[in-house]
Amino acid sequence: MNNFSVLIGGKAGDGINQAGLLLARLFSQLGYRIYTYFDYPSLIRGGHNFSIIRASQNKVATHEEKIDFLLALNKETVNLHKNRLKTPSYIICDSDTAQAEGLGINLTKMIKEENAASVMRNSPLLRAFSKSAGIRWGVLEKVLRNSISRDIDLNLKLALKGYNKAKELLKIESLEQTLLPALSGNEIIALGLIKAGLKAYIAYPMTPSSGILHFLAKIADEFDLKVIHPENEIAVILMALGFSYAGEKAAVGTSGGGFDLMNEGISLSGMAELPIVIIIAQRPGPSTGVPTYTAQADLHSVLNAGHGEFVRFVVSPGDAEEAYFCSQVALKISWKFQIPSIILADKALSEGIYSFDIDSIEELKEEPVLWNRKAPYRRYLDTETGISPLTFLSDKEAIIKVNSYAHDEFGITTEKHSKIKKLQDKYIRKEKNLAKDLEKYETVKVYGNKSASLALLCWGSNKGVCVELAESLGLKVIQPVVLSPFPVRQFCEALNGVKRIVSVENNATAQLVRLINQYGFRVDEKILKYDGRPFSLDELEAEFEKAIK
Amino acid sequence: MNSKQLTTYAENTWCPGCGNFAVLNAIKAVFNSLQEEDILLENIVLVSGIGCHAKIVDYINLNSFYSIHGRVTPVAEGIKTANSKLKVIGFAGDGDAYGEGLEHLIFADKRNIDITMIIHNNRVYGLTTGQYTPTSPLGFKGRSTPTGTKEFPLNPLGLMLESGATFIARGSSHGLELLKRIFKEAIMHKGFSLVDVLQVCVTFFNMYEYYNKHVYELKEHDSQKCDEALKKIREWDYNSDAPIAVGTFYKREKPAFEDKFLKHGAETIDKESKIKQILEKTI
Repeated sequence: MNNFSVLIGGKAGDGINQAGLLLARLFSQLGYRIYTYFDYPSLIRGGHNFSIIRASQNKVATHEEKIDFLLALNKETVNLHKNRLKTPSYIICDSDTAQAEGLGINLTKMIKEENAASVMRNSPLLRAFSKSAGIRWGVLEKVLRNSISRDIDLNLKLALKGYNKAKELLKIESLEQTLLPALSGNEIIALGLIKAGLKAYIAYPMTPSSGILHFLAKIADEFDLKVIHPENEIAVILMALGFSYAGEKAAVGTSGGGFDLMNEGISLSGMAELPIVIIIAQRPGPSTGVPTYTAQADLHSVLNAGHGEFVRFVVSPGDAEEAYFCSQVALKISWKFQIPSIILADKALSEGIYSFDIDSIEELKEEPVLWNRKAPYRRYLDTETGISPLTFLSDKEAIIKVNSYAHDEFGITTEKHSKIKKLQDKYIRKEKNLAKDLEKYETVKVYGNKSASLALLCWGSNKGVCVELAESLGLKVIQPVVLSPFPVRQFCEALNGVKRIVSVENNATAQLVRLINQYGFRVDEKILKYDGRPFSLDELEAEFEKAIK
Repeated sequence: MNSKQLTTYAENTWCPGCGNFAVLNAIKAVFNSLQEEDILLENIVLVSGIGCHAKIVDYINLNSFYSIHGRVTPVAEGIKTANSKLKVIGFAGDGDAYGEGLEHLIFADKRNIDITMIIHNNRVYGLTTGQYTPTSPLGFKGRSTPTGTKEFPLNPLGLMLESGATFIARGSSHGLELLKRIFKEAIMHKGFSLVDVLQVCVTFFNMYEYYNKHVYELKEHDSQKCDEALKKIREWDYNSDAPIAVGTFYKREKPAFEDKFLKHGAETIDKESKIKQILEKTI
């Protein structure tokens, strides 16, 4: 059995996310590649939460509707998900709260006996599951010790109680391959930024981006990182631009609503040519929308945010390795070209847990252009590349003036027609130069059967589900990773031999299609999902069959 | 560097008689004298917002960030937190700091971040040609309130005191020597400092005569005492006729925000192996 899924469910407050993470790490310990989807409503207690942990011998980045194992902390979980089971009896539930065919364990009673918090029901449950799946105790113990910082001894004691109750249900074999860490997309983006030289992360909490803030705040001291949570998103981006002016690499993170507030900051970044990285983890909008679910509906918001015309870099990673690589590229490109860089993620990527192979990622070489000290310093020196060389505060040979107004080369406000035009021409030159520079990267990725005439077109987190479907059906997948400046040449090349294109997006109006239309490209069919949930593999397959009929 | 070298080639476009000239002249004199305190000019950073006041950064030949309306404070905070050796001085108008960007001002105050905010408080929007501001008196007739405002002004100094300020002062554009003293004291103060300058807009709200009649300098005032400060701050509510005190109202010591970040010396951190360690814990 080298491809299976486990669903664990309960109420909010039952620790379902943590249990999902522990299961992901348990399977990672056995050599599996995992992907974990979290489904939870926007509330603190109650409601229904579940995680689907998918494990496979090969890399996976999507979940399946069907499951092999169901772990239920309440009755609702059994009722809602038992039909997903391939074998109906592969259920372990808390017999104090639910009844099901399969194995019942009196988890609530166990917890009460030890006077432990209800969230600790997960420990005996995971232990019972491990034994039922033939997983050695030592493996689970290691995972628990690595992941639980509070009351570990009590958790281990409770876990042992689960042992006596277990019965063998199915066998999960361990695989002979390198073990890979399991992290959320948010954490991987954060690590990529650190690797690329991040010095400050500034954010106001907003689901589903807050994981970055929490993770970086936790590890800030180890990396001399300044992590700040100010009064609102306007302060967030303006503070970050202050860092940037002072020569410190800064990033901010938010979701659509917070990004709306940041718009004046992105426009300022464009005019003053101040580098900044903005991470946007999309969720369904408009407005508050559906806070804890997923969408890809902010593409055009991001491409057009901020008034006026200026250069921006927008990249949308599709999985763990791309998240790590793209976040580095975003930071480096931002500083090389002195522009805003946007990492466009979504809830599925940000909060999904992926196996992460850091060693497969190539090293980056991109550095800012620095002042050569030959002529007196001018912050906005007009150059052929459109890039004005940088120097940083405090430099006793240079006065560094940045300006939100149209300005001359020294940075003094101007309203002169010739200087205004010159400034705009400089941005346009810079954008052309950026597009040329990006040619050395794979800005449009192609997967699956590269000679197929039928192609799936996708972006962001849909990469995982599209690639897996394409590999099983012999299709081609085209995934633009860079969305601004749009990589027209590489996109054209990716279309070689393609006769029919089916686009796959998590929005109602096919936003990527609208983007490629601007460059004269067309698609034949669209598969659009906008109910807040990401595509599962089986669901996309069914939709695809319908679409190509 | 002398005052002449502190001046850029930018053409000054303030109206003749504008109160901003007093702020400009006073601050330039202070910058010259700061060198005596071993403060290097390259370590000074000016931030401004949008409005007549903001042009000041175009006129001074030092590092500057000409930012956007209402956002002087967060920009200044970012710069200071990034590099605590910098002396960061924010210039903002009353519409800018007390209107559009009030929330930022309160939070900077609450954090006690070591920046100086100089508010060019002319109690009118000048550059947008005469509308009321948060400190315009009740009934002020501006272009957006032709029959007079329907709301009372706020007392920004009272608000600052309640938000945790560690340095509060007021000056006026008729009183250059006092302005210089206050500016220098504010800049040298370790922690958040705010100087409200009653700066006169000759075109849209000429208050020279009024201020000349009402302004007096604080003498024998104990600026260490919060109660005393509050009493003096409440003496004039920016609305009714009352004596208007200028000078330093309040001053106290408190740890500054930017000093609370741990510093190991980033160069000594082996990022690669630390990232690997984090990953190992997640297998």
